[in-house]
Amino acid sequence: MSGLTLTKELVATSEKNRKLSPLKFITCGSVDDGKSTLIGRLLWDSKAVKSDQAEKLYRDGRRNNSELNLPEFALLLDGLQAEREQGITIDVAYRYFSTDKRSFIVVDCPGHEQYTRNMATGATKADLAVLLVDARIGILEQTKRHTMIGSMMGIKQFILAVNKIDLIDYDRERFEHIAREFSEFALSLGITNISSIPISALKGENVVNKDYENMAWYEGNSLLETLELANVKSKQSVGLRMPVQRVCRPNESFRGYQGTLVGGAVKPGDSVIILPSEKTANILQIVTFDLVRNAAVAGDAVTLVLDRNIDIARGDIISSIEAKPMMGYHFDANVIVLSENALVPNKYYWLKSACRRQKVMVEPYSAVDFRTGLFHDVERLELNNIGKVKLHFDEIAIFDSYEENDDMGAFIIIDPENNHTVAGGMISSKSEEIRHIGADNNDEFVLLSMPKKVAEKLQNSEIYKLLEEEIKQIPLQGKISKS
Amino acid sequence: MSEDIKQKPPLDPHLKALENEAIFIFREVAAEFERPVLLYSVGKDSAVLLHLARKAFFPGKIPFPLLHIDTGWKFKEMIKFRDGIVKQYGLDLVAYTNPRAKTEEITPFTHGSAIYTDIMKTQALRQALDIGEYDAAFGGARRDEEPARAKERIYSFRTANHRWDPRNQRPELFNIYNGMIKRGESVRVFPLSNWTELDIWRYIKEENIPIVSLYFSKKRPVVERDGMLILAEDERLKLAPNEKVQYLDVRFRTLGCFPLSGAVRSKARTLDDIIAEIDSATISEREGRMIDKDQAASMEMKKREGYF
Repeated sequence: MSGLTLTKELVATSEKNRKLSPLKFITCGSVDDGKSTLIGRLLWDSKAVKSDQAEKLYRDGRRNNSELNLPEFALLLDGLQAEREQGITIDVAYRYFSTDKRSFIVVDCPGHEQYTRNMATGATKADLAVLLVDARIGILEQTKRHTMIGSMMGIKQFILAVNKIDLIDYDRERFEHIAREFSEFALSLGITNISSIPISALKGENVVNKDYENMAWYEGNSLLETLELANVKSKQSVGLRMPVQRVCRPNESFRGYQGTLVGGAVKPGDSVIILPSEKTANILQIVTFDLVRNAAVAGDAVTLVLDRNIDIARGDIISSIEAKPMMGYHFDANVIVLSENALVPNKYYWLKSACRRQKVMVEPYSAVDFRTGLFHDVERLELNNIGKVKLHFDEIAIFDSYEENDDMGAFIIIDPENNHTVAGGMISSKSEEIRHIGADNNDEFVLLSMPKKVAEKLQNSEIYKLLEEEIKQIPLQGKISKS
Repeated sequence: MSEDIKQKPPLDPHLKALENEAIFIFREVAAEFERPVLLYSVGKDSAVLLHLARKAFFPGKIPFPLLHIDTGWKFKEMIKFRDGIVKQYGLDLVAYTNPRAKTEEITPFTHGSAIYTDIMKTQALRQALDIGEYDAAFGGARRDEEPARAKERIYSFRTANHRWDPRNQRPELFNIYNGMIKRGESVRVFPLSNWTELDIWRYIKEENIPIVSLYFSKKRPVVERDGMLILAEDERLKLAPNEKVQYLDVRFRTLGCFPLSGAVRSKARTLDDIIAEIDSATISEREGRMIDKDQAASMEMKKREGYF
């Protein structure tokens, strides 16, 4: 049976029971994979499409799915005129629907390589990626590219939706072959949370409801069930982080620091450290509009009052003392270039991260080749490139690695000439600059990414000195940072 | 101040996440822009927007004014409600009406909805933003309202002429917003981007937010015109010979200018009724709005011109 008749139970009821946090997921695939049909199906079956919108769809649609008496779902999604004309999804579009269990934000990303930046944009802050492939065609280079981008942007859960399974007669072997090929590829990137689901978006099989007729051999959940069960990242277990957004001083007697906790938890009486000044204080009060609270956790927007007067400004980080973020002048990062103007070395950009904005020099050194998945050396990064860079700051910078805390490890780079957002990036680690001992110029080169103490120990060892002599003989490859 | 709010159960994780996101956006804009303004339309989305702004800056006051583009054709009840809220919360509100309304006698009846909307809403908004030299304007638009809004950014960049170019928007990554603009340029900021109509109503209920009573069903005098039920309370509404006033149980899903905002037949007299009604509704909220129907892609064109 089609999903349409079976979905009655899913029809929204007045008492929504949303105990779970909303799940944000991206959908990737090319035009022909039936992505719009799939999202349309999810919206349609969960009653997120209202009748006047549907009427417009029937009216505007050139080729309705008349056989099933359903509208052309793509029209529901491709909102902008240019897209309707060209029949492609250029920009990222956001859609919302909910079931009794959970609410969802669907981020519909364009597929073409020229829109890699849009896909990367959509992938930020997403909990999960749904990759759509045509069962008749299988895994494409594009599928692999999307997986790589999603993975680099921090997505850990992937669903491979093998669509149009009806067109290959629900062939179990073919499905398993595709699923295996994808798993092998994803595992090679370090992705372990993978589900593959055979679906027919058009017929609604295994999308909302499980199909027991044609695919009795499939034992897993339907797509929607899988989404309902997916995890949302929680950052309550990591160290306290609150980037200060603004200082609130309504009168002489009150001074509060307003911001959103992006890690850990806090309660009155806790000792905290303010970065970069490294001054310490205790939490006196957590103020919100509703009441003075006795605790706040990651995600909460609050106003913190401290027990002493310290000079704190926007961009400072209120952190737990025992688990502090990294502070330094040089960091390694992955970036995605979003602007027609390349990301180039020896130019000052603005970097904005966690309410901090500071000047930065970017030193690109490698870019990924989507065909092979390997990095190759470069000196600049062009539009849609994903690559590795070193960041050099004049003033001290504060980050966690993106892996540990995506709010404290994410940044954007802004071109001060035109204010465009040139790139988005994710911190991988702090890089230690080691002085070239005995060198008579001030050149620095980056040798190691490791804790400073370890680096110093190594630097003072005999082996290092021998190695250093050898290294001096070898021409360096694009890793010199002039300061 | 919050003494009007008694100890209440915590919001569910879904609404809490939406609230936290909006508060973050409010604070970010207040910190980074010189002259923000909150566009207050008196409707339910504005009510939520205002409530969130009060929360964001508490215990301080909202550090920017509210701007109401008053076409002169709003429901009378809306203006009364607006003035009451301004007084109750001690708000700084600027009301602006395009002076052409008077000099050229522009009305929704004489000029048609397209021209009227352009002059009295779009042009008026641009004039008011220029006069106030505002560099950031908060609006209550939501992505679920209309296809052209689904691709809108949270910070929607506008040129010095207030134009929106959908094909050349700034990418928005993570929750890091690029608020850098040149003099004369501005951003429209949409803290409710990720809310749905149902979220709005559930939040209004949970937070006990005051709204205009036109949203609740009551027997009201209406006249049917072009398939819409128009409220017949304003003496400026002239009835055609074949039109007659009926008393029906109606309410409004969106509020704007009374001649352009159609009522819907409804028995929903409480927030619970409304939530139940929307949950099972099969018609989207903008259905009652004339301006979306002028032509295909109507909203996108208006937005390009500088409409919200």
